[in-house]
Amino acid sequence: MSQSSIMPGFRPTIGFTLIYLSLVVLIPLSTLVFKSFELSWDDYLHIITSKRVLDSFRVSFSTALLAAFIAGFFGFIVAWVLVRYSFFGKRFFHALIDFPFALPTAVAGIVLATIFQPSGFLGKFLIDTFGLQVAFKPLGIVMALIFISIPFVVRTVEPVLLEFEPALEEAASSLGATRLQVFGKIIFPNVFPALLTGFALAFARGVGEYGSVIFIAGNIPYVSEIVPLLIVAKLEQYDYRGATAIALTMLVISFVLLLMINLLQYWVRKRSGQI
Amino acid sequence: MSAITQPINPTRLVAPQQQALQDADWVRWSLIAVAVGFISLFICLPLGLVIFQALSKGVAAYWSALSQNDTLAAINLTLLTALVTVPLNTVFGVAAAWAITRFEFKGKSLLTTLIDLPFSVSPVISGMIFVLLFGAQGWFGEWMMAHDVKIIFAVPGIILATLFITFPFVARQLIPLMQEMGNQEEEAALSLGASGWKTFWAVTIPNIKWALLYGVLLCNARAMGEFGAVSVVSGHIRGLTNTLPLHVEVSYNDYDVVGAFAGASILAALAIVTLILKTALEWRQANR
Amino acid sequence: MNKNLTNIIFAAVLAVLAASEVRAADINLLNVSYDPTRELYKQYNEAFAKYWKAKTGDNVTINQSHGGGGKQARAVLEGLEADVVTLALAYDIDQLYQKRKLIPENWQTLLPKNSSPYTSTIVFLVRKGNPLGIKDWNDIVKPGVSVVTPNPKTSGGARWNYLGAWAYALKHNNNDEAVAKDFVGKLFKNAAVLDTGARGSTTSFVEREIGDVLITWENEAYLALAEFGADKFEIVTPSLSILAEPPVAVVDDVARKHGTTEVATEYLKYLYSKEGQDLIGKNFYRPTDPEIAAKYAKQFQPLELVKIDQLGGWNVAQNKHFADGGVFDQIYGPGK
Repeated sequence: MSQSSIMPGFRPTIGFTLIYLSLVVLIPLSTLVFKSFELSWDDYLHIITSKRVLDSFRVSFSTALLAAFIAGFFGFIVAWVLVRYSFFGKRFFHALIDFPFALPTAVAGIVLATIFQPSGFLGKFLIDTFGLQVAFKPLGIVMALIFISIPFVVRTVEPVLLEFEPALEEAASSLGATRLQVFGKIIFPNVFPALLTGFALAFARGVGEYGSVIFIAGNIPYVSEIVPLLIVAKLEQYDYRGATAIALTMLVISFVLLLMINLLQYWVRKRSGQI
Repeated sequence: MSAITQPINPTRLVAPQQQALQDADWVRWSLIAVAVGFISLFICLPLGLVIFQALSKGVAAYWSALSQNDTLAAINLTLLTALVTVPLNTVFGVAAAWAITRFEFKGKSLLTTLIDLPFSVSPVISGMIFVLLFGAQGWFGEWMMAHDVKIIFAVPGIILATLFITFPFVARQLIPLMQEMGNQEEEAALSLGASGWKTFWAVTIPNIKWALLYGVLLCNARAMGEFGAVSVVSGHIRGLTNTLPLHVEVSYNDYDVVGAFAGASILAALAIVTLILKTALEWRQANR
Repeated sequence: MNKNLTNIIFAAVLAVLAASEVRAADINLLNVSYDPTRELYKQYNEAFAKYWKAKTGDNVTINQSHGGGGKQARAVLEGLEADVVTLALAYDIDQLYQKRKLIPENWQTLLPKNSSPYTSTIVFLVRKGNPLGIKDWNDIVKPGVSVVTPNPKTSGGARWNYLGAWAYALKHNNNDEAVAKDFVGKLFKNAAVLDTGARGSTTSFVEREIGDVLITWENEAYLALAEFGADKFEIVTPSLSILAEPPVAVVDDVARKHGTTEVATEYLKYLYSKEGQDLIGKNFYRPTDPEIAAKYAKQFQPLELVKIDQLGGWNVAQNKHFADGGVFDQIYGPGK
C-alpha cells in the first residue's frame, strides 16, 4: 500500500487518534512512570527482586503460558471444526465462543470455582479418578485463564482458515500427498502465524488477569499468588510505591509482548506479499 | 493469508466438499467430539450453571431479584456506561483505522501497539492509574477537592476506566480488514469526483460494516461486563456506584445466590442474544 | 362550583406538599464499612431512619459500601465521601488522620468505649460433629489440619485471626516470641486458601467445602450457622482469643462539607442506645452496654479475651507483624 495523494482526511483522523489516545490511555498510564520516579533505582530493584514478587511473576507467567498452550491447542481444533465441518448445532456453538468475553470475570471465577471445587461437579470427578485437586491450586488459575483465552484463539485462527485457498490443498493432493502431509506441510504452516498471535494474545491477557483468578487460585504466597493480587495487597497497605514498581514492570512486559505480536503480524503480511 | 482478525463470512462456513481432500470420517468425528467436548466443558457448563443458579429458587425469585431497586440501579448505571463509552470508542476506532491503513507515516507500529496496550494491561493497573490521577492524593486531587469535582468513586470514574478497558476493540477489528482491503475502491470513487465524506459512507462503510458491528458488539460486551478496573474506581456504594458486575459480586457476598446469578444471567443473555442476532443478520445479508 | 372545589382541593394538596417539603429535609449519609457488617447495618440503618424521622421529621437515607477494611479506608483517603466509617480495626481508621487529617487525632476518644460500640472475637467454624476434635488453637496448628483464613495483608479480620493465635501462643509459652512466631508459622502453613476478605473465606469453607476449620469473626461464624444451617457446621470457641474492637468514626472533613456532622454523630451515638445495642446482639456482635450484653450473654461461649493494648496497640502490631518484611512475611519467607 502506498501513500495516496488524493486520499483525504489524514490530518483530522490522525489528530483525533493521537489526542484521544493521549487523553484516555497515555496520560493515565504515564502516572505509573512519574509515580515510580519517587523510587530510587535501588529501591525499585529491591522491590522487584524480592522473593515474593519474583515468585508471583513465576506463578503468573507459568500459568498464563500453560493456559495459552492448552487454549491454543484446543482453540485451533475448535476453529478447524467450526470452519471445515458441518454438524448439528454448529451455529449455536459458534455464537457461544464469545461468551467468556462478555461474562464478568468475577462471575467466571465464582462459576469455575463451583465446578472445580473438590465437591463440585468436575472437581469431585477429578479427585476421585485422578487424585487431582484443581480449585485453590495453581491448576485452578490455569483453568480460569483457559476460559478467558478461548475467544482470542478461536477468533484469531478462524478467519485465516476461512480465507485458506482450497486450490493449494487440491494441488498438493493431486501430486500425491497424503492428508497428513497436506495438513503438516500446507495448512498448518499457513495458519501457524495466526495461531501464534492468538496464543500471544491469550498469554498477554492471562498474565494480567485478576477477577476470575482470585476466586479459584487459593492465593497462597509463593505458590498460587499472582502478580495483580500482589499489587492489590501493596495498595491495601498504603504502599503506593511498591504497587507502582510492580505495575510498571508489568506494563513494560505487556508493551513488549504486544510489540512482538504486531511485528509478527507485520512479518506475516510481508511474507505473504501484502506489503 | 493475512489479516488476523476479521469478520466471518457465513457463506464460506460451509465445508469444501472435494472428495479427495476430506478428512477421514473417524478423524472428522473425533475432532468434532474434541471441539464440542471442550466448548461444552469450558463454555456450556459455566453458562448452564449461571442459568441453573439464577433459577434455582424458581422464576418468581428470579424476577424479584431482578426488580430490586439496587439491581435496577446497577442495570441503569451499566447501560449508561455502555451508552457513553461504546460510541466514543467506535468513532475513535474508525478514525484510527482510517489514519493507520490509508496513510504511511513513521511510528505506525508504535501507534498500533499503543492502541492495543489497554487490552493487555492488568485490570488492577487500569483502575489504579485513575486513582493515581484523580484520587484525593493524586495529581489533580487537590484541584478537584477545591472545586468539588468528583471523578473517582463516582460515575465519571467508572466511565473513564471503562473507556480505557474497551479502547482497542473497534480499532482492532477494523485495522486488519481495512489493511487487507486496500484503498483502490476509495481512490476510484474519489477520482470520479466523490467527496471524502461521500466516499467514506458509500464505499468504506459498506465494506467494513460487519467488522465494525462485531467490534461494537465486543466493545459493548466488555463495557458492560468489566469487573476488575471498575471495582477499583467505583467505591461500591449500593444503588449508586455499583455496576451490574459489581452488583453481582456484592449479592454473592450477601449470600444472595439467586440475585447474583440473576444479574450474571442478564449479562450472559445480552452477549448471546447480540451474537445470535449478528449471525442471523449476516446470514440474511449473505442469502439475499 | 364543582370546578372550584377541585381547585381548592388541588391547592390544599399542594400546600400540604409544600409545607412538608419545608419541614422534612432529605439527608443522605454514606457509611463505609468492612465486610461482615452487611446484615447488621442493613437492619440498623432502617432502625435509625425511623428513629431520626420520629425525632426530627427529616428523612435520612443511609447508603452503604462494604469491602475489605484496608481497601475501604484507602477509598475514603482517595476521596470516597464517607460521612462515617465503621471499619474492622483502629489502624485503618487512624490512617484517615495520619495520611490526610480527615479526622482529629483524638478521634477514638470522641465516642464511648474507645469508639467501639460493639466488640467481637475470633472463633473457629468446623464441620458438623467436629471430626478432628478441634478444641483450641493448638489443635489447628497440627500437621495435616487444613485451615481457611483470609490474608492478613488484605483483610482486617485476618489480622485479628493472626493476633488471636499470637496471643494464645505467647500465653502458653511464657511470652516467648520465638515460639509464638513458630506457632503462627505452623498455622499459616496449614492454610489451604488465603482469600482477600473474611466473606470470601466463609464462602470457601462453606460453599466450596474447603478446609477442616475456618478461623473467623464470631459474628460471621454465627451468621454462617444461621444462613447455611446448624446441621452442617458447629462453632468451636477457643480458650483464649483476641478482643476485637471494630471502631467507628465520623469523617469530620466530609461531614462538615456535606453539612451532616450532627446527623452523622447521632447515627453513631444511636449505636450505643438500647435499640442499637439490641440489634448488635441480634446480629451476633457482643454489645458493650452491660444490660444488653447480659441479655445476649448466653448466646456466646465464655473465653479469655486479650486486648490489643496488651500486645502493644495497633501501630506496634502493624509494623511488627504485617508490614513488608514483618513476622507474617517471615512465616512464608524464603527457605520454605
